[in-house]
Amino acid sequence: MLLVLVLAPFAGSLAAICIPTDKATPAAWLSGGVALFCLATAAGLYPVIASGRVLRYDVHWLPEFGLNFTLRMDGFAWMFASLVTAIGLLVVVYARYYMSASDPVPRFFSLFLAFMGAMLGVVLSGNLILLAIFWELTSIVSFLLIGYWHHNAHAREGARMALTITGTGGLSMFVGLMLLGHIVGSYDLDVVLSSGDLIRSDPLYTTVLALILLGALTKSAQFPFHFWLPHAMAAPTPVSAYLHSATLVKAGVFLLTRLWPVLAGTDAWFWIVGLAGLSTLLLGAYFAIFQQDMKGLLAYSTISHLGLITVLLSLGSPLAAVAAIFHTMNHATFKASLFMAAGIIDHETGTRDMRRLSGLFRHMPFTATLAMVASAAMAGVPLLNGFLSKEMFFAEAIETHKYNILDTMTPYVATLASMFAVTYSLRFIHSVFFGPQPHDLPKMPHEPPHWMRAPIEFLVFACLVVGIVPSWTIGPFLHTAVKSVLGDATPVYSLAIWHGWNLPLFMSVIALVGGVGLFLIMKRYLATSVEGPPFFRRLEGQRIFERVLVTLSWKWARSIEMRAGTRRLQPQMRILVAVALLAGAVTLLTQGFKPAAIVLRSIDPAFALIWLIGMICAVGAAYQAKFHRLAALVLLGGAGLVTCITFVWLSAPDLAVTQLLVEIVTTVLILLGLRWLPKRIEDPNDPEIMTFSTRMRRLRDLAFALFAGLGMMIISYTMMSREMPETISSYFLERAYSEGGGTNVVNVILVDFRGFDTLGEIAVLCIVALTVFALLLRFRPATESLETPEQQRVQNAFDDEHPHRKTGDSIAEYLLVPSVIMRWMFPVIGMLSAFLFFRGHDLPGGGFAAGIAMSIGFILQYMAGGTRWVEERLRIHPLRWMAIGLVIATATGLGSWLFGYPFLTSHAQYASLPIIGKIPLATAILFDLGVFSLVLGATVLMLIALAHQSVRAPRAQHVRAARAAAKEST
Amino acid sequence: MELVLSAAIGVLTASGVWLLFRPRTYQVIIGLSLLSYAVNLFIFGMGRLRVNAPPLLEPGGAGGLLTHTDPIPQALVLTAIVIGFAMTALFLVVLLASRGFTGTDHVDGRE
Repeated sequence: MLLVLVLAPFAGSLAAICIPTDKATPAAWLSGGVALFCLATAAGLYPVIASGRVLRYDVHWLPEFGLNFTLRMDGFAWMFASLVTAIGLLVVVYARYYMSASDPVPRFFSLFLAFMGAMLGVVLSGNLILLAIFWELTSIVSFLLIGYWHHNAHAREGARMALTITGTGGLSMFVGLMLLGHIVGSYDLDVVLSSGDLIRSDPLYTTVLALILLGALTKSAQFPFHFWLPHAMAAPTPVSAYLHSATLVKAGVFLLTRLWPVLAGTDAWFWIVGLAGLSTLLLGAYFAIFQQDMKGLLAYSTISHLGLITVLLSLGSPLAAVAAIFHTMNHATFKASLFMAAGIIDHETGTRDMRRLSGLFRHMPFTATLAMVASAAMAGVPLLNGFLSKEMFFAEAIETHKYNILDTMTPYVATLASMFAVTYSLRFIHSVFFGPQPHDLPKMPHEPPHWMRAPIEFLVFACLVVGIVPSWTIGPFLHTAVKSVLGDATPVYSLAIWHGWNLPLFMSVIALVGGVGLFLIMKRYLATSVEGPPFFRRLEGQRIFERVLVTLSWKWARSIEMRAGTRRLQPQMRILVAVALLAGAVTLLTQGFKPAAIVLRSIDPAFALIWLIGMICAVGAAYQAKFHRLAALVLLGGAGLVTCITFVWLSAPDLAVTQLLVEIVTTVLILLGLRWLPKRIEDPNDPEIMTFSTRMRRLRDLAFALFAGLGMMIISYTMMSREMPETISSYFLERAYSEGGGTNVVNVILVDFRGFDTLGEIAVLCIVALTVFALLLRFRPATESLETPEQQRVQNAFDDEHPHRKTGDSIAEYLLVPSVIMRWMFPVIGMLSAFLFFRGHDLPGGGFAAGIAMSIGFILQYMAGGTRWVEERLRIHPLRWMAIGLVIATATGLGSWLFGYPFLTSHAQYASLPIIGKIPLATAILFDLGVFSLVLGATVLMLIALAHQSVRAPRAQHVRAARAAAKEST
Repeated sequence: MELVLSAAIGVLTASGVWLLFRPRTYQVIIGLSLLSYAVNLFIFGMGRLRVNAPPLLEPGGAGGLLTHTDPIPQALVLTAIVIGFAMTALFLVVLLASRGFTGTDHVDGRE
């Protein structure tokens, strides 16, 4: 059940994103259904939870590291889960009417459900690491939701700020939780919760505490990290109501409460949490008074109330913890309804500025009444739920918990902050609903649709019944939640409204009277003042944050880039090679590397002669590559051929075959490319060649090159002269036939033992081919190479001179005899390819070689007959071949799942199976067929895409010429 | 044998690295190809050089390193050859596109 509860919102989120963007209603129904389902699921679990049981759901993930997917639900988690789902449901109903049809509504609901899932994950996690994962998920989804109107700069900025702050906090919390797990020896929440003494006495306790608190305080927008919350108000109002009052910001408080039994009670806890909470409580309330934006006021009030809960948790007494849990619920109810009311006003009037709004009571009496009741709850007026938890707070504030100045201050600060709360609540109501008729509003205000108001009605009703008959309504649920956190330490507490004439009541009266008085004094000023509180206006956390961000990510980064970076490739290459050389040299020299003694005896003169040619080719290619590209290509081919001969010589026929074939294809490819690469003509007067610095640069590069070459020579010689150590090669040699069913060990390794690598490799080949194809689709050749090549021009000129010849005849007749032979070679090459393919498992060959051989067959046809000729006669669909190849290879791998074996298990080795026993190698050869098809497709695709340019380019030229002519004529 | 091959690897590497530092795109492509020969031969050399050793097993039999060539470096190099081809093709097309786009064949896209 727990798993369903967490997964349902995510499933709903995936489903919602599939709904077309203009279909708002189905998305709302879907989200509402999911929220209702989750709420019902949670409600159904209540009897079990109420009996004191803890539900658990375990999936082993990496049990060796203590990482398990554990979900756990106790009374407290249940309370939060119901809060998340219930308010989620109400907000969905509200959002259905709030969201405008022009917004991509399904995306909103999708993100909304994802958030609900992440939040449920946070509260239900039974493993610290899992908790951290869901925690980060809430940050990310919150980022996306705040930035939902991403065309709005404020929204983007607010989203980024929220993510930066909560993300940083989340990261430190993650470290803290890992340390906590390290101290306890387990990440399991149950184990952690039962080892409080161990944690508090550990030397790492303070570090853990600081790190976790950083995470919790940033998330709950506690001073000095509070400033992201007002900026997050750029989000759509349903998001503010849900995330930034009822759920997301409560995650920090949730974590504090969750870990309260193991972390609280020490001086460090008291000071950090208490100081943060008290300052947030006071400053938040103070700032809220001076906001002109309705949502801004509510945001600061939220900050202040979160501060109140934090203060309660800091006190370390069980009664205070009860009050904290109680206030968490109460705040969620009244604040969510207030946000929704603010959203309605914004929606109906078009502004949230309290200086422009007034007298709305006449236009929307119902909404006004509801907002007034909710504000009264926020202010702590008796007979409402806010009053109850505030009384409990006052009672706790008076109690002495620790003998220090902070504890002495608490009651005074509490009263003052409550006074402020009364003032801003009054201000909210008064300036919006009372006063003269509103004028010049963007829209004419009127009551919203009934169902848009219904969620507020429900929440306000909850405020009332909880406020009037607490012990009948919220009592049992609260008790279950409290019991699960405090366990045996659960104190006796009373939810009654009337506790007699006592000090807390007196404080409430002071706060109420003082707040009203303060409002009367400040009314005039507030009606016209600018945004933000006096004195603090300039000292904004946001500015500091931005300055830090600019310095870190822009100024410093820029200056480092200016000093240490370069956009030029050559210095980068030099650094790269230099680092590699240095790393190699240092390692070898410090590890006692001894070059092997040179033995001249065993040199085979023929082999040496071949390589002499090879080396000359290599150096020649290096020398000619700048001005004589064709020569360099020929020389490169020479070096390749010598490499190929080496493979034959040294008993590696597979490599020789593949190398030879690849050599051919590469040469053809580069030849095709050379057509589009304008010649470089050597200019002896080019001053660049002669300068001193150029010479020095070349000398330095030469030194690098020689050093690298010499190093490689020494290393490879030493390595090759050593005895062969025992490697896993023997494993493959021993099992290639008995388990892989083939005598060509190299091929068996490729298609069987390491089949997964090969699958990855052909995927890379596929991606490269597609990239080449895509790049060439919009290819613009160099302007110098656009003309018809010189040879063609000469041939065409020859045709034009002779009256009995048509233009193009020479080109058609060119290489007539070889082209006939090439055409006839096609079936022969096809046969060779099939031969290579089928012998692959037992003899040199295989899918790679066969694929490339076949593609050579195709390219020969292109060379012999020309592009048009071939494509009139043959159907060539390289993309399709690639797709088929990839599908065959993957399906072969997946096929082994049907038999219960791991991915890509070859079936040839299970010869005892009746059917497969008759045809061993069955799946390996299928896999190789996939490789063949893909290699063929990819190679042909690349070659043809390049070859097609010569067909395309004249056409483009033609069009351009026609356009130019048209322009001239007009 | 070993000496010749290691000298060859050295020369191929030196030529490749030299070309890698050159300013023209075509030089870099040729350099990378030369370097990949060197690296392939180097990896191949890890299995030691064997003349006339059987690369294939007898049907039904099992092989050992004493009698047979080392299959792992060969399998690695086989993969490397194909990937090297793909890399050359990609760079070639990028080179051509960059030449057409920027009007120069300098590696930085400007002289």
